[in-house]
Amino acid sequence: MDKFIVLLLVGYVTANTQPGLRQNRLGTEVPSLGDTSPGSVWPQPQSQTSTSQTYPVLAEKFAFTYTSSSFRCSLLDEAFKRYQMLIMNAAARSKLHFRPRAPYTITTLDINLMAKCEDYPSLDMNEAYSLDVGESSTQLQAESVWGILRGLETFSQLLWQTETGEILANKTNIIDHPRYSHRGILLDTSRHYLPLSVIFDNLEAMAYNKINVFHWHIVDDQSFPYVSEIYPDLSRKGAYTSLSHIYTPDDVAAVIEFARLRGIRVVPEFDTPGHSQSWGKGQPGLLTPCYSGDKPTGSYGPINPIVDSTYTFIQTLFTELRNVFPDKYIHLGGDEVSFACWQSNPDINNYMKNLNITGKYNELEQIYVQKVLNISGQIGFSYIVWQEVVDNQVQLKDDTVVEVWINNHPDEELAKVTKLGYRALLAAPWYLDYISTGEDWMKYYLEEPSNFNGTDAQKKLLIGGEACLWGEYVDGSNVTPRLWPRASAVAERLWSSKDVNDVTKATPRLHQHRCRMVKRGISAQPLHPGYCVHDWGNI
Amino acid sequence: MDKLGWLIVSVMLCRTFANTQSDEEFGYVPSLGDTSPGSVWPQPQSHTSTAQTIPVTIENFSFNYVASSYQCSTLDQAFKRYQGVLRSMTSHLRLKFRPMALQVISALDINLMSLCEHYPSLHMNEAYNLVVKEDQSILTSGSVWGILRGLETFSQLLWETATGEMVVNKTTIIDHPRYTYRGILLDTSRHYLSLNVILKNLDAMAYNKFNVFHWHIVDQESFPYVSQVYPDLSRKGAYQANYVYTPDDVAAVVEYARLRGIRVVPEFDTPGHSLSWGLGQPDLLTPCYASWSGGKPSGTFGPINPILKSTYRFIRNLFIELKEVFPDSYIHLGGDEVSFDCWKSNPDITNYMKQKNITGDYAKLEEIYIRKISEICEELGLSYIVWQEVVDNGVQVKCDAVVEVWKRNKPQVELAKVTKLGYHVIITAPWYLNRIQYREDWYNFYQYEPTNFNGTKEQKNLLIGGEACMWGEYVDGTNIIPRLWPRASAVAERLWSAKDVNNVTEATPRLHQHRCRMVQRGIAAEPLHKGYCIHDWGI
Repeated sequence: MDKFIVLLLVGYVTANTQPGLRQNRLGTEVPSLGDTSPGSVWPQPQSQTSTSQTYPVLAEKFAFTYTSSSFRCSLLDEAFKRYQMLIMNAAARSKLHFRPRAPYTITTLDINLMAKCEDYPSLDMNEAYSLDVGESSTQLQAESVWGILRGLETFSQLLWQTETGEILANKTNIIDHPRYSHRGILLDTSRHYLPLSVIFDNLEAMAYNKINVFHWHIVDDQSFPYVSEIYPDLSRKGAYTSLSHIYTPDDVAAVIEFARLRGIRVVPEFDTPGHSQSWGKGQPGLLTPCYSGDKPTGSYGPINPIVDSTYTFIQTLFTELRNVFPDKYIHLGGDEVSFACWQSNPDINNYMKNLNITGKYNELEQIYVQKVLNISGQIGFSYIVWQEVVDNQVQLKDDTVVEVWINNHPDEELAKVTKLGYRALLAAPWYLDYISTGEDWMKYYLEEPSNFNGTDAQKKLLIGGEACLWGEYVDGSNVTPRLWPRASAVAERLWSSKDVNDVTKATPRLHQHRCRMVKRGISAQPLHPGYCVHDWGNI
Repeated sequence: MDKLGWLIVSVMLCRTFANTQSDEEFGYVPSLGDTSPGSVWPQPQSHTSTAQTIPVTIENFSFNYVASSYQCSTLDQAFKRYQGVLRSMTSHLRLKFRPMALQVISALDINLMSLCEHYPSLHMNEAYNLVVKEDQSILTSGSVWGILRGLETFSQLLWETATGEMVVNKTTIIDHPRYTYRGILLDTSRHYLSLNVILKNLDAMAYNKFNVFHWHIVDQESFPYVSQVYPDLSRKGAYQANYVYTPDDVAAVVEYARLRGIRVVPEFDTPGHSLSWGLGQPDLLTPCYASWSGGKPSGTFGPINPILKSTYRFIRNLFIELKEVFPDSYIHLGGDEVSFDCWKSNPDITNYMKQKNITGDYAKLEEIYIRKISEICEELGLSYIVWQEVVDNGVQVKCDAVVEVWKRNKPQVELAKVTKLGYHVIITAPWYLNRIQYREDWYNFYQYEPTNFNGTKEQKNLLIGGEACMWGEYVDGTNIIPRLWPRASAVAERLWSAKDVNNVTEATPRLHQHRCRMVQRGIAAEPLHKGYCIHDWGI
């Protein structure tokens, strides 16, 4: 009994003086009671010094102002509006009618953007920033607009609310940059369709976690919701329903713009030659007809790699994609190609005989992938591929990124891929569609991506990772609570420094961060028994 | 073929083959849209329908008592509810003209053959007959509860054609539940659940013909129940001042449930699981002693102190209040997982046991406590449910007591044992839905046959039902509804339908349809597997 009370007191006093630095000395068995780490930042910055000195924040009329030397940027003007709203909402329940005298009240955040505005985020974007909440002014400085965006998020997390409803920030100095440049979330809109509102919610949550890539696994075997203007039959016949389970050009543009404003890249995946059953419904002749003996069975396998029409189609479709998706990269898939249908098809076998590769279906796959890669390169795409493409020894462009997903010694695969000189992404330990009872975020959090054998140069080729939420068991009804805050564990692993890896220290911050997301309208699920000051449905 | 045409065909195919189609036979078949329109979940005891459909007028649908019928305000409210449900089923795809039909169903006649009852009870009669045909559709039952179940069934019979027309098949149903106790446990102590979440779940329970809300209202972590006799219990034991259930809140839950024929059985679990009680009721819990504190109280507390008279005065006063607040004749007394460590450390307890000549027999001490609590209940006229440990510890319980079997280790042995002792029993062991896995775990819930234990026919008759439990460690308002539904629907059918309705392949298209129906009615039930609903969540 008294244990509870003492804990609360300790939590409160320490929390007031050292946000972000509190350790949960009794381990993670303790329920998370309300504010466990107010004003702490998730993911943890590379360098943060805070003191117990707090300053009141004028949340109702908070302003963001450029310093005189700063470049300006419409993208930031939009961000200011968003963060004004967040800060205002944070104070929504303020019960304080008079303000205590304070040496300094924070009314503005001075922004110093030291380089020209950029339109689209990219793999090479600079996300570093520095933030100073000082004795007489509060400043955010970065060399790029993307750094300013990250710093705005950090600033918003520094603010916390006292029991009387006052909004405060501790005196703080932060110098921050991400550990990895590609920090992605995969959402799968083929196994289940996700409505735009759900995608937007998740982009918001991504921004709150400094995730910078939305890997949009937009089509797959089950359905083809992407509306192509050149091949409208693909979604007309391949979507679950052609009226409501689709992404029109306007929808796609809205997702890209929503993401861009938050410094999030949208990398679409058009996975071939496998995982393409739904493509065949709207594009006759694209898939390989499967045979039983000398007769077609009526079922289809992977994309047919031996007909010219296949490559004309890919070239035309990808030319459209080049115009629709501004990111330099496209994900070409290339995983899990089943050879059974190719083996059954006499035309395929003849073709292979002529090429003198009889029986070597992985070489046939290689021929296909090589051609698609060449087309993509000609059109001006850089590409990401799943690891099988490298495992099958396809020649790749130098700037290719290889995504390691098979959770059987991914460290060996990382060593192999980087030894070949390719850049690598790690997804294998972070398949968040796999669920179990309990706090599985700890497992995701403790995964160290650089734990593979390789030189320093190889380690540098690892450019990040992704949390994947494949769509078999999720749709609009449950995808957001299933993803958050579990993906937050991955976000901190990919942003913060390598030694920020103690789950006991992370727990109170993560609980606080989850509560912050809930308060901002993201239905992030609970970590363990406990509550937030503003629980879902009681905000 | 255009998409609509294709849909119609798939609907037709499904209607014909829904019972033979299987994932196992044809490889993976995603659940596409309407897989079993107009099917009923849980499946009625007897259901005959023909392919002939009759159009239904949704807009001004009416429910009319036949001349000989009793009338009932509970039903009048239900009629309004189901008018709303029917209206919500029509999509935007409205048919502007109606095909010529000789007969259109625009009303359901109601024949309630006995006086209205106010509260549902363990002995309520839920049997009903439903006939749907061109000239007259009629729902007949010997009790108001049967009419409520029949209204739900009727609403499920209606389905929407691809052109947006509402129709119903010509149908005769004779139905009653296999078990009289069909419960859902929600835990509002590990996480607080807002009233709207509880009410939403009561809606879902009605859609699945559950009839007991087992409200695990308090536990170690928090005490949200506002007692008028002991207001400090929630004032000090709730997570936060607003995370409480006031008398008005509780009354609202009881009333909302009553209108749907759902009993509310509150659980006040003692003597263990009661840490939060101690915050507002000093001296209720056993002070623990520790060697490191020099043979003095260590400041921590254990189970309720069974050796003080004040304990029983407190319980008696509290239970007098509960009997007024909760109209059901049953209360759940808990009695599970009592740790003896603290009792063992306490010298007063040890002395008391010495005097009683039960030195070292802590199970006996527990039995003394439980016996006194059950005597209080008997004196107050409360019937009770207890967890299995109470019987395992040899406590003699009243003859109308119900024993709940929850331990996963050989529940069938426990069922045999408890029924041999002559007690009524409910089973929950296979249905701990808070445990999650990456797969369609509803199969396991569905296929568990409660009567598979050794015992005579009389023993089998003592098994009166079961419960799906959603313990609150990892769920709150953000995720509880999709985690519970449609997984709990599997338990609903096991407890309502005939024993031989246990084939997952046959159940799948009906359950997918039922899940889609819940989604359309505003319940965020999660998907079973790959696929879609015509009216997906958020679309």
